Amino acid sequence: MGKNEFLEKLRLRLSGIPQVDADERVSFYSEMIDDRIEEGLAEEQAVAELGSVDEIVSQILSEVPLTAIVKEKVKSSRALRLGEILLIILGSPIWISLLVAALAAVISVYVSIWSVIVAVWAIEFSFAVVAVSGIFSLFVFSAVGKVVSGIAMLGVGIAFVGVTILGFLICLWITKAIIWATKWVFLKIKSGLTRKERA
Amino acid sequence: MDTQLKRGLLDVCVLAAIKGEDSYGYKIIKDLSPYIRLSESTLYTILKRLESSKMLTVRNVEHDGRLRKYYHITESGLSRIEEFKVEWGEIFAIYQFITKEDNENGEK
Repeated sequence: MGKNEFLEKLRLRLSGIPQVDADERVSFYSEMIDDRIEEGLAEEQAVAELGSVDEIVSQILSEVPLTAIVKEKVKSSRALRLGEILLIILGSPIWISLLVAALAAVISVYVSIWSVIVAVWAIEFSFAVVAVSGIFSLFVFSAVGKVVSGIAMLGVGIAFVGVTILGFLICLWITKAIIWATKWVFLKIKSGLTRKERA
Repeated sequence: MDTQLKRGLLDVCVLAAIKGEDSYGYKIIKDLSPYIRLSESTLYTILKRLESSKMLTVRNVEHDGRLRKYYHITESGLSRIEEFKVEWGEIFAIYQFITKEDNENGEK
């Protein structure tokens, strides 16, 4: 891939992020290519050293906040005519409620993701409570003379110590997996928003 | 490496690369390459961060019929490097504490 083709591809894929930011990034890569060529590298080789456009774009998108992308998308549409403004005002009972519903949907997705994490850790906590109280029961039951029951409770307690430890590892894994998945979804939303600009 | 630690380290690396004389993107990457591999997008982010925290300034210089950006370290950039030296001394003391037991065991 030549320099111009590379920069053009990059510019196209970055059209969703704020214009100033995109321009600056593209000229940064342009300078990087020129400096490599000046050092004696062939153009194609200089471009290849920068890595693939896909890699570069996904790294840039993970750094640019989602709000900046949405703002850029809204800004890029042309100025409104009087009729359109009137339509927006008259339609406000409809679109405001739709907007509220959309926001509520986004918030509920967030809440449900976090409630899964909370629920998982609550289960883990209950395991820990069983473990501690099981061991503690030995003394309570022994004090009232029911030693055999006390030993049985101790057994349950010790078993739950094991369950708690195992549960902790599983909880940690689930939490990490959920956070990773959330990040992934956000990256997809961002690249979806920027990609549509091309059409 | 811990990302937070690495981020701070990279910032200081880039500052050190422009400490002696003003430098430009590709030269910074080359100068740091024996020690640390920086990708272009990582460098861009670091330079932006350092610029917005006023640790360096940027100017465009015409070079060979095109513009090249030169980065110049500021006073607060220089003092960031000095701060790092102190911090590193502390980290090294902690490192010695952590490895002390290993060494003692090794000698036995």
